[in-house]
Amino acid sequence: MATMEKGKLALSGQHFMNGDIACAEGAIAAGCRFFGGYPITPATEIAERMARRMPEVGGVCIQMEDEIASMAAVIGASYAGVKAMTATSGPGFSLMQENIGLAIMTETPCVIVNIMRGGPSTGQPTMPGQQDVMQARWGSHGDYEIIALAPSSVQEMFDLTVEAFNLSETFRVPVFVLADEIVGHMWERVTIPEAESIRIVNRKKPTTPPSIEYAPFQPDHDLIPHMAVFGQGYRFHATGLTHDEHGRPRTDSSEAQTRLVQRLCNKIRKNKEKIIRVENVMVEDAEVAVVAYGIAARAALSAVRKARAMGVKAGLIRLVSLWPFPDVQIAEVLGHVEAFVVPEMNCGQMVREVERAAKGTPVAFLSKLGEEPHRPSEILNAIDGVLKK
Amino acid sequence: MIEGETVHPYERFLRRGMIPHIWCEGCGNGIILNCFAQALEDLNMDLDKVVVVSGIGCIGRISGYTNTDSFHTTHGRPIAFATGVKLANPELKVVVISGDGDLFAIGGNHFIHAARRNIDIQVICANNFIYGMTGGQYGPTTPLDAWTTTTPYGNIEHAFNLVHLAAACGAVYVARWTALHVRRLTESIKKALQKEGFSFIEVVSQCPEIFGRYNKMETPLKMTQWFKQASQVQHFSDPAKAEITPEKITVGEFVDIEKPSYGRLLREMTTKAKEK
Amino acid sequence: MPIRTWRKPLDADKIKPPKGEVHIIMNRCKGCGYCVEFCPRDVLDTSEELNERGVHPPKVLDEGKCTLCGFCTVICPDFAIFTREKDCKEGC
Repeated sequence: MATMEKGKLALSGQHFMNGDIACAEGAIAAGCRFFGGYPITPATEIAERMARRMPEVGGVCIQMEDEIASMAAVIGASYAGVKAMTATSGPGFSLMQENIGLAIMTETPCVIVNIMRGGPSTGQPTMPGQQDVMQARWGSHGDYEIIALAPSSVQEMFDLTVEAFNLSETFRVPVFVLADEIVGHMWERVTIPEAESIRIVNRKKPTTPPSIEYAPFQPDHDLIPHMAVFGQGYRFHATGLTHDEHGRPRTDSSEAQTRLVQRLCNKIRKNKEKIIRVENVMVEDAEVAVVAYGIAARAALSAVRKARAMGVKAGLIRLVSLWPFPDVQIAEVLGHVEAFVVPEMNCGQMVREVERAAKGTPVAFLSKLGEEPHRPSEILNAIDGVLKK
Repeated sequence: MIEGETVHPYERFLRRGMIPHIWCEGCGNGIILNCFAQALEDLNMDLDKVVVVSGIGCIGRISGYTNTDSFHTTHGRPIAFATGVKLANPELKVVVISGDGDLFAIGGNHFIHAARRNIDIQVICANNFIYGMTGGQYGPTTPLDAWTTTTPYGNIEHAFNLVHLAAACGAVYVARWTALHVRRLTESIKKALQKEGFSFIEVVSQCPEIFGRYNKMETPLKMTQWFKQASQVQHFSDPAKAEITPEKITVGEFVDIEKPSYGRLLREMTTKAKEK
Repeated sequence: MPIRTWRKPLDADKIKPPKGEVHIIMNRCKGCGYCVEFCPRDVLDTSEELNERGVHPPKVLDEGKCTLCGFCTVICPDFAIFTREKDCKEGC
């Protein structure tokens, strides 16, 4: 059982935890002190862990009346200066989309965890899925860029949640942790480092004292504005309407719309290389590359090793971050990779990005829906299959 | 009259460069802003600690006009946002000023739960009986038979009685005034700002340009005449019987009780959790 | 309707009601008419002139009647009119 040493901010040491619990602990270690959520299988355990741990660490956990309110409260808490998170699954994720747009528009640092289940609609609450990965990118209206991470293990549920907070604070953007239900519910060993050795990033604070001229959305060279929070005397206004650098609504100006929306996209696009995380295994000379994430990557790794044992030059490109998509990392291997295999627990989502980045190199898609994730043998067959073509 | 001295006494409450505001002639929203400024002035409140949160609608623009930290949320969500702000930093004075549709149609769920929880925020509702910003559609407080663009044959829905709703949900302070009752409205705002827990003030507000024009009260004065003739001050009457009709608008305070706020209970719980 | 008093208070000599001076920010006025209509002392009336917006702002009929009640200050939705206490050292 996960030991609960009361009040410790980071439960440093060795633990046996499930993914949801590790995610909650990662948030706490990263400095999250506000959780607003709503129970939903298979993410409920995150809320339950937060309900117990937030008061111990002096934070707030509130079960809001719905996911829309949860996301709104998270934005409020973040603007009041507190690192904030919510956790949900498909149906709740859909409800949150409008306020996710608000978080993007107001450049609110926050983390949204989606423990993905079978969809669409109510679907299969207790079964895994990877069906929301495109929704994380495009789910809200309007044009924008976000960051999404995909843990493949319980350890990564901890590590990548810390990373999600750091990225959200750096880029003033909502960051998604997209885990499937298996990664969320499985139990594995987790090593939580000493608090001092956990890298924490905080949002840039304003460098000038409060004044009438203060412009809350004036970007730096890195396209990211410093963030004042409520109660410090800056008396700034933030709105979901298109606004200028002073936060004033500019519903009339094409120039303001162009400037703002392009900057919201560019602050991620131009900093892609600082955000993208990919783990390559045996890719340097690979002729077949399996591109996988989440639970599918576990089977993919096994399949790739088996393939190598059989003399096939297979490699695994494991997407640790899903968005922004690692075009460059795919392009880099086109010189030697002759085919890609993409196993996903959906009907074809990230595979479209791989196809786009592969610029004509054949891509085989392996769909699997329902309770059982891809088996290594299925992926191995696919590797075999693309080679024969 | 003296020329030259044109600094309004409440200028410091208004965000520089944003006045004149976008509201129409005679709009009650302007009066609400005025009374709010007067209340802050009378209480000598630290403006650095006041956060004004508004939703979508004409009144939603108010957060852009106050010289305080402020946030303009998505439609219906200012109360949920305000909950996050207040719980994250209880030292802030968090005031939600929004409209009848924003708070009670799309936002209805958030209202009832924040009131139930007794979150320590103050909610001021500009009830102008219509969705003005989008051109005059009906809302949950539009009177029966009223003409709006989406009720062109007359409204066939009964309206909410907002003070009854707020009282039923557990708000600790509930009051209703019209935008004509400027003094008493200001006093109610002051009372709410100093009271722990969820306070709700309904302001029956003029929308002469749209609601008025559509319903035989085309000028600001005509609409305000309705307020003047129909208002009856009755403190602590039964909110259930306080429906607004063409003949009668019951105004006054309806509820003023003491109840521990969510924040207070949370602090007690947190202390216990840390000790165990 | 102005407040009509029919009795003179016993301490009328000792207590002097404040005197107000009316300031109008002409170009903020949107012509709603509240200040003119609801001034309890009938200090204001609608003027003939037009402001930038093309409406008739108020004008002061008789500033001597203004008792600094401040109603116009608070009822104006546009922060276009306010009263200040008149400096009565030289007499009002």
